[in-house]
Amino acid sequence: MPLSGFVPEPSPSGAKIRLRDLRLSRGGRQVLHVEDLSLRRGDVTVVIGPNGSGKSTLLAALQLLVAPDSGELLLDGRSMRADPLATRRRMASVFQEALLLSTGVRKNVETALGLHKVPRNERRDRAERWLDRFGIVDLADRHARELSGGEAQRVSLARAFALEPEVLLLDEPFSALDAPTREALIDDFAQILGETEVTTVLVTHDRDEALRLADTVAVLIDGELRQIGPPAEVFGAPADEAVAAFVGVENVWPVTLLRADRGVATYRLDACSACELDVAAAQLPRHALFAIRPEEITIAAIAEAGAQDQPTSARNHLPAVVRGVQAAGPVVRVQLSAGSNGDIPVVVTLTRPSLEDLAIDIASRVTITFKATAAHVIDHG
Amino acid sequence: MEFLWNGLEEAFNLWIHGDAEIIEITLRTLAISAAATAVALLIGVPAGAVLALKRFRSRRFIVALVNTGMGMPPVVVGLVVAIFLWRSGPLGSLNLIFTPTAMVIAQFVIAVPLVVGFSMASIQSLNPRLLDQIVALGANRLQLLWLLVREARLGLLAALMAGFGAVISEVGASMMVGGNIAGETRVLTTATVLETSRGNIEIGIALGVMLLVLAYVVNLVVTGVQQQRRAT
Repeated sequence: MPLSGFVPEPSPSGAKIRLRDLRLSRGGRQVLHVEDLSLRRGDVTVVIGPNGSGKSTLLAALQLLVAPDSGELLLDGRSMRADPLATRRRMASVFQEALLLSTGVRKNVETALGLHKVPRNERRDRAERWLDRFGIVDLADRHARELSGGEAQRVSLARAFALEPEVLLLDEPFSALDAPTREALIDDFAQILGETEVTTVLVTHDRDEALRLADTVAVLIDGELRQIGPPAEVFGAPADEAVAAFVGVENVWPVTLLRADRGVATYRLDACSACELDVAAAQLPRHALFAIRPEEITIAAIAEAGAQDQPTSARNHLPAVVRGVQAAGPVVRVQLSAGSNGDIPVVVTLTRPSLEDLAIDIASRVTITFKATAAHVIDHG
Repeated sequence: MEFLWNGLEEAFNLWIHGDAEIIEITLRTLAISAAATAVALLIGVPAGAVLALKRFRSRRFIVALVNTGMGMPPVVVGLVVAIFLWRSGPLGSLNLIFTPTAMVIAQFVIAVPLVVGFSMASIQSLNPRLLDQIVALGANRLQLLWLLVREARLGLLAALMAGFGAVISEVGASMMVGGNIAGETRVLTTATVLETSRGNIEIGIALGVMLLVLAYVVNLVVTGVQQQRRAT
């Protein structure tokens, strides 16, 4: 049940926001080009991409803070730039840094409501309701400068939600917070977001945030929208090598099609003429890239090589040598060289107990295995 | 050094006995300088905000002009304003020369570059992202200006103090456009010059001390407001 004030308007197309052939330059260089992007009403669209990819520029264009060179920005089918002030008053923005006015916490929210001409007698109640929703109503009388980073960002979010916008625009709102504060705030934010059904665009370089919050993930690289889709699709089946690299698909190997039979194709690794790999995929281009997430690959000690002959759904095996082991938070990243000549770099993530069970070390000879369905095939023409 | 002591004693006597002429001169000084500073704030703060926020072709030229104006000798301002206001000048028909209004105009010209310069600097020193945030919250131009002024209030109070301090202490412009007419345009600075030139050093010192006390009290009040706002 949506909270009051967030009832979406009916629209035949279902697209709340649409960007058409949007181009934006800085210093004579094109930094953003979006051919066509539709954001569905009530969806949380998370725009991800590396630093300098144009994410914040895209958001600034949506906030009408920068003017595009050309193209259209539509809100409910009407140009956003026709009446910028009216458009901005249908949206709310939160930035990476909690940009609060140097006054009290409640006053910060009330001032924003005043900008939107909310009647004076409603402002206090609405401000306190949203401060309460973000668990900071007890800070209402504090001055903004007395707040911690996490508290300030909660005020910033409460202020944005209190405006009861049709569209919420967020520019890396959690990135400046320490890990425990960020986790707690993302949990609360996700819950409130789910209750409001406000159309949301969140820009981040954090893949975990995208996975936790997104209905739709859009990947922006070098100012171009490379892929848009549900998180599972974008993270599991990246559209190209750059997207794969950004979404954490660390194993991308050039391959050439040898044969295809009943939905299963056999490819040969370009870097290892003796290495043939099977894959089950809808598209089977002649020249392709195999993209495999590190967690989709398993390692077996060479002593267990006989395991290759055991019945298993993991249909691909490659000999490999361990080159390095790195801690990566709760897991470990194992770097290997695979193939007959050791020319294929491979990254595998394992849990710590798995690593201990394997008892492998640098230069250990192992076998890596992965299922035919684990490899995503990218056309490499 | 005896005359210095006598001057302080004279000042004390003038205050104690509430000399009517001195009170009148002091009040006129306060009124003229306050009016000039108020008009300078009214025009200078929005102008400073525009220079801080907007980028346009002649901006650099105007900023250089403002910076030059911040150090302009009051006597030159007095001369230029007097030329405009003389009976034969372009604005002579207004009959403003040697009136308090003429002094307000001259003091405004002295104060406005200081107010513009300080306002511009204090608004420019705000986090530029805060400007984006206020705009993104749906502020119109007036609301944006008001919120920025509120955010930059400490710097703007400094602008007020600088402007008021400059005009209450200047003598050249007031003398040239006001004429130091007793009961009409005589203010503390011009009266100090007059009494000193007549050889009444003690009264000159007394007037000077009164001027300092007046400037101090006004700045004390403004500083109180500034520091109180900082604390809240």
